[in-house]
Amino acid sequence: MTSSPVLILDGLSKSFGSVRAADAISLKLFRGEVLALLGENGAGKTTLMNMLFGHYMPDSGKIDIIDGSGHAKPLQLGNPQASIAAGIGMVHQHFTLAENLDALDNIMLGSESFLHLRRNKSQAIQKIQKIMNDSGLVAPMDIAVGRLTVGERQRVEILKALYQDVKILVLDEPTAVLTPQEADKLFENITAMTKNGLSVIFISHKLREVLAFSNRIAVLRHGRKVGEISSKEADERKIARLMVGEETKVFSKKELQVGETVLEVDNLTISGSSKRESLSNISLSVNKHEILGIAGISGNGQTVLANAISGLVKSSSGQIKIDGKNILINDPSNIIQAGAGRIPEDRHKDGIVGQMSVAENMIIEDLNNSKIQSRGLLNNEAIMRHCSDLSSKYDVRGPGPNASARLLSGGNIQKLILARVFEASPKLILANQPTRGLDMGAAADVANRLLEARQRGSGVILISEDLDEILSLSDRIMVIYDGKLRMAETHDRETLGLMMAGEAA
Amino acid sequence: MIEIFQILLSESFWAASLRIATPLIFGVLGALICEKSGVLNLGIEGIFVAGAMAGWMAVWLGAGLWGGVVVAAIAGGFFGLIHAILTVPLGLSQHVSGLGVTLFATSVSYFSYRTALPNVSSPPRIEPFRPLEIPILSELPFIGSVLFQQTALTWLALLMVGVVWYLMNRTGLGVAIKAVGDNPNSVDAQGLSVYGLRIGAIVAGSALMALGGAFLTMSAFDAFFFGMVNGRGWICIALVIFASWKPGKALLGALLFGAFDALQVRMQTEVGAKVPSQVFLAAPYILSIVALVIVARRAEYPRALLTPWFKGQR
Repeated sequence: MTSSPVLILDGLSKSFGSVRAADAISLKLFRGEVLALLGENGAGKTTLMNMLFGHYMPDSGKIDIIDGSGHAKPLQLGNPQASIAAGIGMVHQHFTLAENLDALDNIMLGSESFLHLRRNKSQAIQKIQKIMNDSGLVAPMDIAVGRLTVGERQRVEILKALYQDVKILVLDEPTAVLTPQEADKLFENITAMTKNGLSVIFISHKLREVLAFSNRIAVLRHGRKVGEISSKEADERKIARLMVGEETKVFSKKELQVGETVLEVDNLTISGSSKRESLSNISLSVNKHEILGIAGISGNGQTVLANAISGLVKSSSGQIKIDGKNILINDPSNIIQAGAGRIPEDRHKDGIVGQMSVAENMIIEDLNNSKIQSRGLLNNEAIMRHCSDLSSKYDVRGPGPNASARLLSGGNIQKLILARVFEASPKLILANQPTRGLDMGAAADVANRLLEARQRGSGVILISEDLDEILSLSDRIMVIYDGKLRMAETHDRETLGLMMAGEAA
Repeated sequence: MIEIFQILLSESFWAASLRIATPLIFGVLGALICEKSGVLNLGIEGIFVAGAMAGWMAVWLGAGLWGGVVVAAIAGGFFGLIHAILTVPLGLSQHVSGLGVTLFATSVSYFSYRTALPNVSSPPRIEPFRPLEIPILSELPFIGSVLFQQTALTWLALLMVGVVWYLMNRTGLGVAIKAVGDNPNSVDAQGLSVYGLRIGAIVAGSALMALGGAFLTMSAFDAFFFGMVNGRGWICIALVIFASWKPGKALLGALLFGAFDALQVRMQTEVGAKVPSQVFLAAPYILSIVALVIVARRAEYPRALLTPWFKGQR
């Protein structure tokens, strides 16, 4: 690795209202290196990258690009075209691909003049072929992107950036949607590309891959750069401490004797309109004092499985029993009355009613409770008291009980839902992606609450894409792939990864 | 039954179908371009009126026929621009803005008509487009009278089908329009302007729609009447879905509707004594709905249709 810098960020600051999203951040990127950018949600990673890419105008500071001959040139700020022209490419966490177009069209988008009446596809294909050969990133070019797998789409996204002759590639949480094997392959490709002089910044939450594949690590916290270490000298504990400012809590999972069966799902089959909405012959059971982890890459039937257990979709065949009693499928109220609490996947859409107040959202599943209503009239005082009790118990922070729930941050919305679910002392808890998008602190809180519920005697189904979370919390692990559920005999990352990719286990 | 076959075999029926389809072809293509970019343009009905009025008025005031066509397109583009500004950078409801543009464009057209001609009971006539008689070809039996006796505007409409198809499928601009209607972030990430593409598509699409109106006053008839557009714009909105946003199918849909309409007129005279005429008047619309139900269930909408996009918000 040569040690000449290609990019120098100098004292970049950006405020949104009273929030300092980035506070005098300075950073250097060297030629051919992989720099990992770490930090909790809201630490300023995305703000920083958006300034680099010209989406945000910094309040102060400057960015220099150093060309091949060593001359530093200031980058025109707040102008995406200037950033693209300077050779900066960004692969967003949420893909910026048009799904109705094929990969080739997506890659060529914007690279040809609108005045040209003919397109030179063959020349483009040649160039892409060369990039594919150099980097090892391969994806079909002639199929509509909407029909590609997530992994293929990500490769298209990266090829799209490389096609623009980038010298600096920014990857925002590139492995969030990949299987461990796909992620490893991606990092192999990235390593291959840096050999040709490409410099890479990648943003991630996953400490393991950061340690394994980066040369240097920069950590942000509350908009400031709090540390910069070489990956060789770092370990998980050290980085985590930098990120949250303290040692992360280690989950205290006690050995517990499992109790009787709470939920039994027998040969459940659902024929949805598409593959990702179908299940075939699913059987599972959850016992008291037990967390059943369901691992899998998103889009393999998790959503429909959760909806089926919640009574939101109609099944073609099979039955669901709670406490040994048959539950009428396709009737959510039945399932709630039988003692199930649900933490839905899309907390903003299905977990709360955004327009209603925080207090109203707290009681919304418990309207028959005589504490909060009598003869159909709500007792406002009791509701407010209930809300402030739960808010302090579950640490829900926000603009107050009368404010619309949608004004809460994602972490606080999740705490509101946890408060509502756990206060009802459910026999069964169905948690679908409960920590997705939460920062480490909030995610740890959710995990501890789930362990607490297990301790208390609930049976918990934990559906998650985060393998580390599944591994650290679950008593038993099943893997969902292509609408089928399989029990994992051994709990190691390798086997689970293969099962998540649908390969033999 | 025999009457129907006689009608279907007659040259005049097919010629009429193509004539009735012409304004719809312009309208569907215009709506298609707007919707492909992600914006529904319910201003279409009013833009038809504006095109009909502006084109005719320009000719009546002394412009040439093609001058009138250009004026109509500019008028359509103007009202499209209003819709574009309201719905693209401001991100307002596309339904409300579109209906507003329809009311506004219709009223302005009627108003200018009345201001220019305060005291006439029947509108002054202009010399409309004449059928383009092509030597030899026009003499051909059947084909000759169906195809080669249409006016230049019908030919322009057919030409535009090819032009729009080529634009959408063979040029970088078309690819960008399709991309902005599917996922605006894809366009933004490549440093292209989402607003520019959408505004451009709406203005161009609206100009095309206005030609549909201009055909009515400058080719099908020779004067401007109140209420002459008569829901043709709304039909186009349905036809776009019927066509799955494809220019070739749009032509097919417009022709199909034209044929229904031509058929109902002839059926009225044939069996009108037995069945009330309103049944025939309603027939094309009912058949359109039936066709739509069959086709539209499988339609794949542009994913970003109706969704406003704001810079910096992901």
